[in-house]
Amino acid sequence: MNALVRAVRDGNIVAQRNFVKIRRVPEILVAVLLSPIMFVLLFAYVFGGAIDPGNGVSYREFLIGGIFAQTVVFGATFTGAGLAEDMQKGIIDRFRSLPMSRAGVLVGRTASDIVYNVLSLLIMGLTGLLVGWRIRGSALEAVAAFGLLLLFAYAFSWVMAFVGLVVPSVEVINNASFLVIMPLTFVSNVFVPLESFPSALRGFVEWNPVSAVTQATRELFGNTNPAATVPDVWSMQHPAAYTLIWVVVLVAVFAPLSIARYRSTSR
Amino acid sequence: MPPQAPMIEATGLVKHYGSVHALAGLDLSVPPGTVLGLLGPNGAGKTTAVRILTTLLRADAGSARVAGADVMHEAELVRRRIGLSGQYAAVDEYLTGFENLTMVGRLYGLPKAAARRRADELLERFDLVEVGRRPTKTYSGGLRRRLDLAAALVAAPPVIVLDEPTTGLDPRSRLAMWDVIRELVTDGATLLLTTQYLEEADRLADDIVVIDHGTAIAHGTADELKTMIGGERIELVLADAADRDGARAALAGVAGPGGGEVLDGATPRELSTAAPDGARSLAHVLADLTARGIEVLDIGLRRPTLDDVFLTLTGHATQDGAPGAAAGSGRTGTRRRRRAAASEEDAR
Ligand SMILES: Nc1ncnc2c1ncn2[C@@H]1O[C@H](COP(=O)(O)OP(=O)(O)O)[C@@H](O)[C@H]1O
Ligand SMILES: [Mg+2]
Repeated sequence: MNALVRAVRDGNIVAQRNFVKIRRVPEILVAVLLSPIMFVLLFAYVFGGAIDPGNGVSYREFLIGGIFAQTVVFGATFTGAGLAEDMQKGIIDRFRSLPMSRAGVLVGRTASDIVYNVLSLLIMGLTGLLVGWRIRGSALEAVAAFGLLLLFAYAFSWVMAFVGLVVPSVEVINNASFLVIMPLTFVSNVFVPLESFPSALRGFVEWNPVSAVTQATRELFGNTNPAATVPDVWSMQHPAAYTLIWVVVLVAVFAPLSIARYRSTSR
Repeated sequence: MPPQAPMIEATGLVKHYGSVHALAGLDLSVPPGTVLGLLGPNGAGKTTAVRILTTLLRADAGSARVAGADVMHEAELVRRRIGLSGQYAAVDEYLTGFENLTMVGRLYGLPKAAARRRADELLERFDLVEVGRRPTKTYSGGLRRRLDLAAALVAAPPVIVLDEPTTGLDPRSRLAMWDVIRELVTDGATLLLTTQYLEEADRLADDIVVIDHGTAIAHGTADELKTMIGGERIELVLADAADRDGARAALAGVAGPGGGEVLDGATPRELSTAAPDGARSLAHVLADLTARGIEVLDIGLRRPTLDDVFLTLTGHATQDGAPGAAAGSGRTGTRRRRRAAASEEDAR
C-alpha cells in the first residue's frame, strides 16, 4: 500500500480514538473552550474603553478577529498536550510496535484537532455575535476567513506536536507553550492596533504571522475600514498570502521533524 | 528461513545511556516454539533488550533477527510478526477493552468487521467479556495487564515478547497469567519473557538466560540452574537450642544420598538442609521431629530465588533488592506474603 494512503488510513483510526476521549471526558474541552470567551469578555468590557483601534471601527468589532487568531494558536497546545500524554502513558509504545504508518499517530492527532478547532471557532463566533461583532463581508469571504484560520491552526498543531514529543510531560507542555504563545499573541495586532507599538517592536509585530492571520481575518470578515491605511509592508498588504506561506513552511518543517522524532523516540 | 533457524537471534547487542551500559554485548537464541526466560534484577537490561528486539529502540552495536527479519533494516517486517506486551500496560485508558483491541486490529490492517470479531474472541479467551465494554481506566492492574497481552495477540503473531508480565500482580492474577502464557506456547508461538522471579522462569521457560549489567552470566534449563544452586531447602528454627543434635539427625534423614549436608543458620537455633523431594521431605522431617519430641518455632520449605542464583553465580546478591528477591531467609509462605504486599503498589 502506498505510504500516503496508509498514513491517512491509520491517521483516521487514531483520530477516531482521540474523539472517543473527548466524548468520554468532555471536561477537557471546557477549560480550553472557555478561555477565549474569557478573553473576549475581559478585553471587550474591561480594557475595551481604553483602546481605540481608530479608523472608525468599534473595538469589539476589531477585537474578535484577533481573538479568533489567538484561539487557534492556543488550540495547538491541545495537540502537544495530547501527544505528551500518550507518551507519558506508554500508548505510543503500543503504536510504535505495530506495523502501522510511522506518520499515522501524528496525522491522526493533528487531524482530530482540526475538529476541535472548528468547535472552538464556533463558540468564539457565537460569543462575538453576542457582544456586537458582525460579519460584514460576503459569505464567501467569511468561509475563506474560517478556512485560513483552520489552515493556520493545522500548521501550528504540527509545531506543538513536535514540542509534545520532545517534552513528554503534559504540565511542562502547558507551561512551555505559554512562553511561546503569549509573546506571539500579545506582541501582535490581536488586542491593540499595530500603530500603538513602539518602533523597536514594530518590525516584529508587522512580520509576526499571528498579526497576518488577524489582519486577513479582519479584512475577510469586513471588520476593517476600507478607507484606512494599512502599514506599507508586504506581510500586512497581503496578509492572507503571507499567512499561507507560513502554513506551508511550518508544515514542511515540523511535519518531517515530528515524524522523525516519533520514529526515534525512546521512552 | 530454514525450519530449525532460531526465531529470535541476537548477537552482541550493545546499548549505552551516557556512561550506563544498559546492554554490554548480549547474545540470545530462541528456537521456534520454545520459551526463553530472560531472568535478571531491576536494571539488568531486560527492558532494553526487549525494546531493541521489538524495534522500539536502536542498538548501538550488534544485530538481531526476529522471525526471519532484521530488526534494524526490516523493522516493518518484524513488527508484522511480533506481539509485544511491555513492562507497563500500553492500553488507552479512555477506550474500552473492546475498543482497544479493535483499534489494534485495524492498525494491523484487519478490516473493521474482522477486527471486531477478533476483539470479541480475545475478550472471551482472556476472560475479559464482563469488563470488555468498560473504559480500561476502571480496570485493576491485573485486568489491564491481561488486556495488554490480548492486544499483543491480535494478529496471532508467531513471536511474542512479554516484559515482566506478572510484576506488580497479586498472587491470584499471577497464577491466572501463568495459565494464559502456558496456553500461548501450546499454540506453537515462540516466546521471550523477562522476569525477576526464578520461580516464574522455572514454571514457564524451556531455557533461561540470567542477565546482569547487560550481559548473560548464565544459560541453561531451569533444572540445570537449580542443580547449580541446590534446589529447595528445608529451614527450621528450634524452640530450644539444646535440641540441636536431634534436629540435625532428623534433617540428615531426608538429605538423600550424596547431598545432604545440614547447615547451621545465623543463630544456634537455626538449621537447614536440601529437600530433594520438596514437600514430602518436609513432611518426613516433621514426623521425625515429632517422634523425637522436638519443638520447633518455625519450619518451612524455601524455594531458591533470583538472589540465590546471583549469590551462586556472582558471589553477590542482586543489587537493589528487587521485590521477591529480598535478602535473608524467608520461608515460601512469608515470601509469598511479602510479594503480595509489594503488589499492593500495583502498576498504575
Ligand atoms: N532511557 C534511559 N535513559 C537512561 N538510562 C536508561 C534508560 N533506559 C534504561 N536505562 C538504564 O539502563 C539500565 C538497564 O535498564 P532496563 O533495560 O530498563 O533494565 P531492566 O528492564 O532489566 O530493569 C538501567 O541501569 C537503567 O537505569
Ligand atoms: Mg524492565
